[in-house]
Amino acid sequence: MGVSPGFQFVTASYVIRINNQSAITLNELRAGLDQASDASIFYHTFQSLGRHHFLTEGFSNEFAQWTLAGLNRPQLAESLGGLDVRDYLSLAELRADLSRIVAEYCDAHPREAAISGFEPFHFCECEEVTAPLGAPARTLAEFREGLEQLSHSSLYYHFLVSRLRLQLRTNDFSHWLTEGMGRADLARRIERIDIYTNTLDTARDQMVRIVRLGEQS
Amino acid sequence: MIAVEDSAAITLDDYVPLLGAEVNELRTLAGPLAGREVLMVNSTRIGGGVAELLNRIVPLLEELGMRPGWETVTGDREFFEVTKAFHNALHGSPAALPANAFDIFRAYTEYNRSRLRLDSEFVVMHDPQPLGLIDGRVNHAGHWIWRCHIDLSRPAPEVWNFLEPWAARYDASIFSAPDFARQLPIPQYLFYPAIDPLSEKNRPLDSAFVRSVLERFGIDPERPILTQISRFDRLKDPAGVVRAYRIVKRYFDCQLVLAGGSADDDPEGSVVLAETREEAGPDPDIHILELPASSPLEVNALQTASTVVIQKSLREGFGLTVAEALWKKRPVVASAVGGIPTQVIHRQTGLLAYSVEGTAYQIRYLLSHPEIAARLGEQGHAHVREEFLITGNVKRYVTLLLLMLRA
Repeated sequence: MGVSPGFQFVTASYVIRINNQSAITLNELRAGLDQASDASIFYHTFQSLGRHHFLTEGFSNEFAQWTLAGLNRPQLAESLGGLDVRDYLSLAELRADLSRIVAEYCDAHPREAAISGFEPFHFCECEEVTAPLGAPARTLAEFREGLEQLSHSSLYYHFLVSRLRLQLRTNDFSHWLTEGMGRADLARRIERIDIYTNTLDTARDQMVRIVRLGEQS
Repeated sequence: MIAVEDSAAITLDDYVPLLGAEVNELRTLAGPLAGREVLMVNSTRIGGGVAELLNRIVPLLEELGMRPGWETVTGDREFFEVTKAFHNALHGSPAALPANAFDIFRAYTEYNRSRLRLDSEFVVMHDPQPLGLIDGRVNHAGHWIWRCHIDLSRPAPEVWNFLEPWAARYDASIFSAPDFARQLPIPQYLFYPAIDPLSEKNRPLDSAFVRSVLERFGIDPERPILTQISRFDRLKDPAGVVRAYRIVKRYFDCQLVLAGGSADDDPEGSVVLAETREEAGPDPDIHILELPASSPLEVNALQTASTVVIQKSLREGFGLTVAEALWKKRPVVASAVGGIPTQVIHRQTGLLAYSVEGTAYQIRYLLSHPEIAARLGEQGHAHVREEFLITGNVKRYVTLLLLMLRA
């Protein structure tokens, strides 16, 4: 194995921007999904999953959460909540599926689609700042130590948000383990960790265990 | 009881046991801001939520290497009568403005503009009182932010129309909830209000102290305690809380604690307090407590000892008492108003209710399922850790300032 290019951990931070767009009915949500910025789709799906990383059931994205809590439409909430952001390589694909599900429901239930919810849905988006954290990890042991010390937001940045950056069905960690360390076996095991049924802490514990085992093999 | 510290003596390192790597990452993130001047301007140094927040934020920004300053606008009674009337009008009350209110506001804005140094690289104006100081910005220098802590969803038009032209000249604005914002031609950001986990109101307490507080108020620690901490205000619906308790009481031998500030200097508060007492009647398990204005340790102890914390408001600002309870891992039953649904994600970090009966049902559910109550409390604590702590607030400021540098 040659010299690894190293894995650069970064810290990531976000501020939420409130857009001048909201919905109080399903019809308005339908229109909003078509008009919202990519950053807004990202915020209410990928970002919200990260911000609620401590929940291991019943939370998928904020569109699903609002249709349940704000509109009391559990069937639609289940359909929206059934989308797994990891299946998407682009926000356009994710937006198309969200729009299709809401549009089909509105067409099938036109009266419900016009009923106002308990509270409006506000379209927001995030703006991101990142900064490198220390020297790159060049060995599995250094990588594991970095993982153990990483904050939730940075862990989330590398593990989930990375998919959009890489435009690949993988994450920063698995990408580096494969490309930088030639350890596709570890990469695959990390990729299989289910972020919907784990908290970020339990996901991290699994990653650390996988890498530690990798150090011994 | 854990020793009380002067809050100014709390450093970033003190948060490491609670937040771990977040603290060092915050230091890394803030690196490019080292040495830069950040001026905060509000209307008072003492009293009120904004001053409390700035008392923590300013030292933390300094510890992160910035050169923060904190100034207040000054004026005599007529100025503050005007700003108080503005405050009420912006909250949606009919505008009852003193004569010449707009002239008075303009005159004191000009006075404060002439006495304050406003050439910092970053200037953050808090609430409407210093809003007009943007007149003192020279040649569009620096980065100016308006931090509006109040709910602008239903402002009295004549006041908002007077203030908006100033607001629109800032580079960015910050609101506490999407619902509180207005449509403005400048970027609007969302900064949740925050609690300090190391403050007297939120730090972990010794169990002996908690029991001593219960004993002092005649509360039985062995039976379930339902608590609402709120001033005696009809919008907090204390009578509704009593009615919900009566329903719960049919099924559980519980107690109700309604604790709020003294109503001595608040005529309406006294009326509501009397109404609440009348609703409660002679029930010895209802404890209506008038606490002195600053009783953080007592509030902390009552929240810590509660089996369920209630916030049955009819209208609410952000409702940070909810975050305080969640931070203490208490299960919360609350109304879906104001900023509460942001804190209480239904069935995930607490339970929402829309009526007296619904509130009673959710409390009964939690008393019947302590394991679910415990899970909601744990998840509520994690939610507060991510979103509603003072360190997160500082991180948002750091991030926004970095974004403004980049723009």
